[in-house]
Order: sequence, then C-alpha cells, then structure tokens
Amino acid sequence: MKKVITGDHAVALGAKLCRADVVPAYPITPQTLIIEHIADFVNDGEMDAKFLTMESEHSVMSAAAAASAAGARVFTATSSQGLAFMYEMLYATAPMRLPIVMANANRTLTAPPGIWCEYNDSMGVRDSGWLQVYVEDNQEALDMVIQSFRIAEDKRVLLPVMPCLDGFVLTHTVEPVDVPQQEDVDSFLPAFAPDIMLDPARPAMMGIFMPAEYIMELRRQTMGAVESAKKVIGEINDEFARVFGRNYGGLIDTYMMEDAEAALVTMGTVTSTSREVVDELRKAGKKVGLVKLRFFRPFPVDELRKALSGLSAVGVFDRSISYHGGGPAFNEICSALYGMTVPVVNHLAGIGGRDVTREQIIKMFEITIKAGKGEKVNTVNWHNTRGEMV
Amino acid sequence: MITIKELPDENLFTAGHTACPGCGVAMSIRNAIRVLGKDTSVYVPASCAVVFGTTFPYGAWKVPFFHTAFENTGACITGMQAAFEKKGKKVTAVGFAGDGGTYDIGLQSMSGAAERNEDVIYICLDNEAYMNTGIQRSGGTPFGAWTTTTPVGTKVQGNRRFKKNLGEIVAAHEIPYYATLSIGHPLDFIRKVEKAKNIKGFRFLHMFTPCIPGWKMDPAKTVEVTKRAVESGMWTLYEVENGEKKITFKPGKMKSVRDYLMMQGRFRHMSDEDIKKLQMWVCKKWNLHYKEKGAPEVCEIVPPEEHHAVTEEHREMHGP
Repeated sequence: MKKVITGDHAVALGAKLCRADVVPAYPITPQTLIIEHIADFVNDGEMDAKFLTMESEHSVMSAAAAASAAGARVFTATSSQGLAFMYEMLYATAPMRLPIVMANANRTLTAPPGIWCEYNDSMGVRDSGWLQVYVEDNQEALDMVIQSFRIAEDKRVLLPVMPCLDGFVLTHTVEPVDVPQQEDVDSFLPAFAPDIMLDPARPAMMGIFMPAEYIMELRRQTMGAVESAKKVIGEINDEFARVFGRNYGGLIDTYMMEDAEAALVTMGTVTSTSREVVDELRKAGKKVGLVKLRFFRPFPVDELRKALSGLSAVGVFDRSISYHGGGPAFNEICSALYGMTVPVVNHLAGIGGRDVTREQIIKMFEITIKAGKGEKVNTVNWHNTRGEMV
Repeated sequence: MITIKELPDENLFTAGHTACPGCGVAMSIRNAIRVLGKDTSVYVPASCAVVFGTTFPYGAWKVPFFHTAFENTGACITGMQAAFEKKGKKVTAVGFAGDGGTYDIGLQSMSGAAERNEDVIYICLDNEAYMNTGIQRSGGTPFGAWTTTTPVGTKVQGNRRFKKNLGEIVAAHEIPYYATLSIGHPLDFIRKVEKAKNIKGFRFLHMFTPCIPGWKMDPAKTVEVTKRAVESGMWTLYEVENGEKKITFKPGKMKSVRDYLMMQGRFRHMSDEDIKKLQMWVCKKWNLHYKEKGAPEVCEIVPPEEHHAVTEEHREMHGP
C-alpha cells in the first residue's frame, strides 16, 4: 500500500511491521517523530510492544541491551548527541552479540549546536561493532529496518545494526512509500529465537569480567561476525528483492559504472542528486558513473576495489570531517584501494546540513575528471565553503 | 513470614566467588538471592561484585546474570523486566548496585526506574565508598571518613560532607516499598527481602554492607560492626511502604558513635571536634527516626571507651 509519509514515519512503520517486542525511547530532533509514531501505534493497540519512556539515551541503550539479552526483539532510534551519549553502551552491545536495531537520524554533533544533517554522529561510532547502513530515500529507510532485523538476528552475524537516514532531508520530508504487507514481513522475518539469553530455566551469565588472557579472542570473533555479515547482507538483499521487488544492491550500489572513466562515491540522499548529475554529464559526453556506499560497516573493501578498478580517478563525497585531512569515507576508501594506482580525491560538502546542490556535484565530477587527466587538484576539497582554512 | 530455618538451603550465589573474607556485599547478595529464589534475573553494574562473582571462565551465579556498565542499573532492570513481561515469563529483574552506582553515577537511571514504578527490585549495597577502584569517596561516604580521595592531610582530615540521605530521595518517588537492611539483623533482613519479593512495582532495598579493606577493620567483625552502626544510629532500620514510614528495629539506649568509629581504621584519625560534629548529626537522625511525638529529643552519649578520655568539650556538650 502506497503512503505519502516522512522518513521517520517510514522507519516507525518498519519497526511495527517487524513486531519489535521492546522499544525504549528518548526524544531527540530529528528522530523524535519515530518514537512518537511508535507511541501512537502502541497506544492505539496497533503494535504489541513494551514502549519504555526512558530518562536518557544512555538508559535507552542500557534497557535495549538488557531486553535483547533477555530474548526480546528490540528497536529504538536516536540522533547526534543522543548517539554520543550512548557511546559506552554501543561498545557494550556489539561484542555481546545483541541484535538490536536502532535508526540514527544523522545530525550534526555539537559544537556548534545545530540540528541538521551531518555524519559526524554515526561516523564517531564506526568502531563500536555496530553495522551501519546509509539510506537514500524513505522507501529504503523502511525497507532497511526490515532487512536490518534479518541481518542482525542471522546466527552467522548476531550484531546490532544501525540504519542511518539523513536528518530533515528524509526524517521530515514526505515521499510516497510502498508499505509492505504484514504477512509478507512476517514470512520474511521469523520470530527472534536466540540460543543464549537471560532465562532462569537455563541461566546464562552475560557481560562477565574477562581477564587479558581471553579478550583478544573475543575481539577476533566480533570481527569475524562483521566479516560474515558481508555475505549475509548480499543474500538478504537478494531475498528481499525477490519478495518485495526492490533491489538495493547489497553492500554498495552502482550506476552507469560499466564504461565509466571517473566515478563519484556517495552516501545517503546526495546519491539521488548525483544520479541526475551523472545523467546530465553523460548527455554531455562525459563517461562518469556513481557508486553508492550503503554499508559503512562492514566496509565493502572487495566490492569497492572491483567497482573502482580501471577508472582514471575516483571522487569520494563525505558529509563529515575526520580531522585527519579528509572525511571518514575518503580515508577508508583510500585504505581499501591500497595498492591500486587510481587517484582518489575527497569532496566535503553538506556539513552541518548545508544543501548539496547539483552545481556542487558537477564541480565534484569536474575536479575528479581533472585528477584523472593528471592535472593538479586538491586532494581534499571543501565545496561551497566561505573564507580560507587558516 | 519466612524464618531463618525456612531459608532455602541452595545457594544461588555459590561458594567459590573471590570476595574478601568478611565481605558484607557477598554476604548480603547470598542471603538476598536465597530469599528471592530461582525466578530471578540479576543485573550488576561495575563493582567488586562483577569481579568477585564472575571472572571468565568462572561464575558464582546460578540465576541469569547481566552486566554492561556502571551508571545504568535502573535502566537495565527496566529493559530486562520489559522483555520478561512481553514474553510472558514470571521472572523478577533484580539489580545489585553499590553506593557509587546508586548515590552518584547511577542516580539518574535509578530515579527514572523509580519514577516509572518499574516492577523490579533495586538493591543498593552501601559500603560507603568506591571500593572496587580502591576506596574513593562517594555520596554515601560518612563525615570524617578517610578514603583515598578524602585523605587525612595536615590541612584537611577525611570527608567533610555528611552522608547523603538517599532514603528520602528514593522514597520521594512515592514507590511501593523502600527499606533499609543490615546483615547484623538477619530476621529483619530476610523479612524485608521476602516482603519486597511479594510487592508489585519498584522496590528498593538499601543494604548496609561493611567493606573490610575500605573500612580498615577486622574481617571477623562484619556482623558486629553493622550491629554497632544500628546501636549508635549511624544506620537505622526502617521501611517506607506506600508512603507510610515504619521503624522496624529500635535499639535500646543510643550508644556513642565513638564506639562504632573506633572499630574501623577509616575513622581512627578523627579529632574530638569532628567526632562531636558527627555525633550531633547522628543525634538529629536518631530523633528523626526514633523520637515519638511529644517526647524530648535524645542525645545521650554513652561514655566513650577508657582509652578515649572525655574531653572538656564533651562535658560541655553532654553534661558530666
């Protein structure tokens, strides 16, 4: 059934369709609409979940961890400062293999205080063990909540998953969304049945103190789970495409890459505008293509190396800075392409929620193409930014 | 009402844990969990109890055990209980947090769970300082006490603030049950745990748990020191049920706080002036708890032990 809804509404519908058992919640802009919609579903009897109005995001993730450990399917949502406040608990949940799904509405992390889209919130927790997927539109936001539970609860993975959606650009913007049927979601996503949980019938001790002799093995196991998620994400993407008719490509998606000479790697909503720009530049005879980086964890090293091989140059869009020179996507892509000779340039734009326009994206392609021709360009480019760096 | 004889034999917190000899926390956990029984799921925040109760690959718990962080006991038992309720399981989530984890870093999370009246049991094991990190002052540390962050210096000696009145804070949430307990009073102890077990809503059990290295005391005196604490008024045994406060054990005559202090190295440095200050605080507390309406205020001091001479100041304060 098609509905014209905001991204937050789409995410809330996803949680409802997944029959989340427990939803601990705390308000933060621009995520708040998600928990408000869920509160409505619960109070109207449309969703049979324990909705917990916690007193902070730290407590949200604490309650989420404990509920998940006790065998419940747990959903929540946060943003920016809220995610930062949860930092400690994110690191506690992943190695304990608790398959929580939490939507993150990407928002700039203070200072300075702001409420619009930037990726410096979720990028800061990329080493927590949580899987991260960045979505492009409201349909993908809803669909990825459903896929996230399948990925998270897969016995080969058992990790928490964070679908990330651009604050305001998606969270507060209405788009037509095809809402899946409950029975289709029920057969796609079976009930959560963990092997180990807090149950007096078979008591388990979770989160027990660990001496130095054992922690390294546990880290490697968590790494193994992140690695095996790559295969699982592909399988689930294909199955989802068969059942629901929408194929997102898995770890990455590509556009006009078959004969491309220069490509731009994008994340989130900027991808849609970039696709239009690719069409425009193609019409003008420029052989350009687009790679949509969907999953940041696991990081699609092999997929990117394959997609970006043989190009004259690669441009990487980043919506946050890592104070390391470039953005996190740029740094990780350079690392992924290690040993390949293709020049990689970084395009920083949209930071703090500034619009990323068609003109800026054309400029990104122009700089990237120049780099491909061996012309001297800046490695890191701050687009549409006033003043000088120093 | 359950009696000591009727206490189940099976220890759900088993021997083999690595707590110090005479640990008040271990004793309290073992006895509380025996009364609470098998259908209990435990959360323990960062504390000695995590380390001595579970160190991989060993564990002393025969009920489900969960630990993640320090400041989130209220939230974790909330989430756990929500899962059990959603799954239709008759299990009670119980948190065992220390004084640091309750008075200080965990106050917000505890308050949230109390205000929502979550159907859980919150147990505060109050040993009056951060013991797991090596004896640092908390909001539960009494006046005068030495800790590593309230050292006995040439300028300042020991903790300069009085113990936070946590009971009033917790009870102000208008929860169904708040009680103070002491392992020196086992009948009162098990009666309160059993009572809490059978009440619905947020229940808070506040346990007074001596720490041998932190209090610098004889490990054989754990029970005795809690008795002295109650006799002096440093710890009071009461319960607040649906807003009604009831004293559950009233000691006979008030004993000098000095007797209690001198059992513990953490107080041994205290000047007569500081002891007097603490005594005044204790008298106020004593009268608040035990004075009947219309009765005169009490601040009788049993003469201190011989090796502590009665000072002029003392006489002025309490008469000859």
